[in-house]
Amino acid sequence: MISVKNLNKSFNDKNVLSDISVTFETGKTNLIIGKSGSGKTVLLKSIVGLHDIDSGEIWYENTLFNKLDFAEMKQIRSEMGMLFQGSALFDSLTVEQNVRFPLDMFTDQSYEEKEERVNFCLNRVNITNSNNLFPAELSGGMKKRVAIARAIALNPKYLFCDEPNSGLDPLTAILIDALIKELTEEYSMTTIVNTHDMNSVMEIGEKIVFISDGVKCWEGNKHEILNSDNDILNDFVFANSLAKQLKSVNR
Amino acid sequence: MFKFLHQLGKYFLLLRKVFAKPEKPSLYYKQTMRELVSLGFNSVAIIAIISFFMGAVITLQTAYNTENPIYPKYLIGLGCRDSIILEFSSTVTALILAGKVGSNIASEIGTMRVTEQIDALEIMGVNSASYLILPKVIAAVVFNPFLTLMSIIIGILGGWVAGTAAGVVTSQDFIYGIQYAFIPFYITYSLIKTVVFAFIIASVSAFQGYYVDGGSLEVGRASTKAVVYSSVLILMFNVILTQLILS
Repeated sequence: MISVKNLNKSFNDKNVLSDISVTFETGKTNLIIGKSGSGKTVLLKSIVGLHDIDSGEIWYENTLFNKLDFAEMKQIRSEMGMLFQGSALFDSLTVEQNVRFPLDMFTDQSYEEKEERVNFCLNRVNITNSNNLFPAELSGGMKKRVAIARAIALNPKYLFCDEPNSGLDPLTAILIDALIKELTEEYSMTTIVNTHDMNSVMEIGEKIVFISDGVKCWEGNKHEILNSDNDILNDFVFANSLAKQLKSVNR
Repeated sequence: MFKFLHQLGKYFLLLRKVFAKPEKPSLYYKQTMRELVSLGFNSVAIIAIISFFMGAVITLQTAYNTENPIYPKYLIGLGCRDSIILEFSSTVTALILAGKVGSNIASEIGTMRVTEQIDALEIMGVNSASYLILPKVIAAVVFNPFLTLMSIIIGILGGWVAGTAAGVVTSQDFIYGIQYAFIPFYITYSLIKTVVFAFIIASVSAFQGYYVDGGSLEVGRASTKAVVYSSVLILMFNVILTQLILS
């Protein structure tokens, strides 16, 4: 479980996040949704410690994460996996080397054990016969899947995904969503996904937090989101004219 | 002034991170070997070509500017040797490497920053500054002295070839000149400068790349800044080191 309490974050006197408090549950796919520029990525990067926060608390289980020093943070970070918006695969390494990187860095496993784990992770995300390809040779969807394989290589307790569907076609996006959900349930991880893709919300949104202009405006699940009375949320969820019409018929 | 001090402080804080204890020395060793090839071996050809022509020009310039019966011809060899050892092979080579290696380091690390690869390392709990920069600094500091020695040899060779081919000095005079009143400490002086310059090139360029904020445009700017700042610092430290070592 990850808890955020009264989190505030600003850049150059510009307030980006104001008094955010939310709890992300274990074994569930937690979604942070909101418009572009609403502060989702800043919130996610603050939670994982890539941004220093101005005030507030970030708890990983019973550990106050934002007060830890680099060495103490490392312990929790070894239990994290993250899928970045642009995949963030290491350009100079092959697919196999990318997935093996955390194993090389943090385990004393033999080469064979690492090889077995790498192949297991790649098979788990349906990547086969691509071990020796470089990231530049992969499609967008494959990059995301390899990034997921790298993120789960060390069996993380926490999985963070920043816009996992950006730049993907709807079918591939659904496959990535399904994979994230399956892995979350399979390994009982605490997963937090940043997205503005409503397909993702309806597919995997077990817990949804809606952020608008750096403020938490709504919290619920994918069933509740369709019947919410929150106008700002409705503007976001039913953004296109067809969805607006459906909403009005529903009412 | 405040901005300069801020940047200077940031640079030294980065160096502190860079020289922290490595997480897994074996991985750092592999990375250092890669950097030796990428930053060192891949610079051999350009340094060889430039040194050869540099030596050739120095010899010809010295010859045409000392066309006087009072001056013995072996002075051409001597002038070529001392110019190359004292200044050209260390400083000019460093300036060329600041352009080639410095921009390479800044753009590589800068691209990793803007494509979130550095964030990915941090999330894994890797000290990204140390993992990315330390092998580059070690590779540059270890390999550049060899490049300088190679540059000295090829530079003098270039001088000999040009001088004899143009008929401005005989082979015998040139060889006598490069042996005449040789002070071995000049080589040490040149190598000390090279090590300091190598550190400046690798660390300043890495600093520029590591703190890139934005996109490809900023990576380009960081690359340019890396070359400019490294070059200015090289010239500045050239004066300081010369005064400290040779005075």
